[in-house]
Order: sequence, then structure tokens, then C-alpha cells
Amino acid sequence: MSKFKLSCEEANHVCDKTQYKEASFWEKVKLNLHLIYCRACRKYTARNSKLTKLVKSSKMEYLDHSAKDQIKVAFEKELAKHQK
Amino acid sequence: MPNHQIDPNNWISQYSDYLFNYTVTRVSDRIIAQDLVSETFLAGLKSMANFKGEASERTWLVSILKRKIIDHYRKINSKKGKAEVRMSYSNDSDAEGDWLEERIADPFDKTAEDKLENAELGNAIYDCLDKLPQKQAEVFKMKTILGYDTETICNELGITASNLWVIIHRARTALADCMEKNWF
Repeated sequence: MSKFKLSCEEANHVCDKTQYKEASFWEKVKLNLHLIYCRACRKYTARNSKLTKLVKSSKMEYLDHSAKDQIKVAFEKELAKHQK
Repeated sequence: MPNHQIDPNNWISQYSDYLFNYTVTRVSDRIIAQDLVSETFLAGLKSMANFKGEASERTWLVSILKRKIIDHYRKINSKKGKAEVRMSYSNDSDAEGDWLEERIADPFDKTAEDKLENAELGNAIYDCLDKLPQKQAEVFKMKTILGYDTETICNELGITASNLWVIIHRARTALADCMEKNWF
């Protein structure tokens, strides 16, 4: 990774990281520099942030692991009975 | 034509998230939703013999779940006083304003519609997630919806950080493609 320029691959990686607010400040500066001249990455970034917005606005619910395990235990008990 | 097979061993890993999301938007209580999903799996197991293979497993499970949700609402309603007769022209006594004009629906309050749209959007995202390879979907869900940090996921799944980012990248690209086709 050179000091100022990112390859497209690196730019995409940084872009993925920014979706989770994990990119450092310097990385973001380099990403924006890259976006000035790279059209493909601009498109990727736009789509990526759109996806993030969508997922956030859908307020999706997802079972966490402990809850899933609870269901699984109850289910497997029945399943074992069933397959006898 | 019985072209759908039934295999309860994979139910939980494959359908529990979809069913849970479906339930939560309808009963708006996580704990009740979790119970209902659990009951649905058990009921599905019991009546497995009735599965004719005309619909996919998921559709079949959803139809059981719908009954469970209806039953749930019946149960709460039967607990309330049955013989109560209210004679006032509006039965929410704590609402503001006594005049009928003050009681019409607020046209700027769009939450119901928003909620519906959100539920549909959630289901659309789940449909797209179903098409991804299981590992990608799993990692994406953990990272994006549950909001785990990178280290936790790496430890739980036993992968390296760069590995994780590659998976995330592939998942995001595929998801964006799929959502562009199906949602917009």
C-alpha cells in the first residue's frame, strides 16, 4: 500500500470497512482520493452505502445465538422422540 | 407433484431467522415471538406426515406459524373482560380531546404504513440472504444485523480477519445485486 494511492481492491476493502465504521481517518482520506478518479469504485461505494441504509431502515430482527440454542434444544428433544 | 422434500434437521439453521422476523413484525414482542417460532417447529415436526410437498418447506412452516400467531391473539383477547359493554362513542378514555373532530386519524402519522414497508423490506432482504452461500449469509447477519465486532465473529467461526472481509465483500456485492433486482 503506497502512501497516497490505493488500488481498487484496497479501496473496496476500505469501503467495506467504512460501512461498519471501522476504517481509520487516513484510510478514509485515501479512499476519497481514489474515488475522485476511479469510476468503478465510485459505483461500488454508492451501492454499498445504499445497502447499508436499506438494512438499517428495515430494522431487521435476528435471533441471537443463545435464543437460537434454546429453540434448538427443545426441538432436538422432540426430534429424537420422533425418530425412535 | 411432490417435488419438495422435508428434512427437519436443517429447519432451525435455515428458517428460524426468517420466521422470527416474520413473527416480530406481527406480535412486536421478542420473547413471545421466540416462543411462537419454537412452537411452530414442534408443531411442524408433529404434523410432518401431512406435508404433501406441494409448497416449499418454508411456505409450509409459515402457514403453521400464521395459525400460531392467530391463536396467540385469541388467547390474549379471551383474557380480557368478555361481558364488558362500553357505551361511550369512543372507547379509549385516556385519549386527548373530547370532540369528535379531535379524534380523527392524524394524517401526518404514517407509522403503520412505514411499519408494513419495513416488514416487506426485511422479508426481501431475507429472501436475498437465502440465495447466498450459508457461510456468507451467516457472517453478514452477524456483522450487520447483530453488530458483532470483527474479533468476536472471527473467534466464533474460527476464521482470520482478512478472510472475514473477503466474505463480507462477496456477500455485500451479491446482496446489492439481488436487492437491485427485487426491491427497486
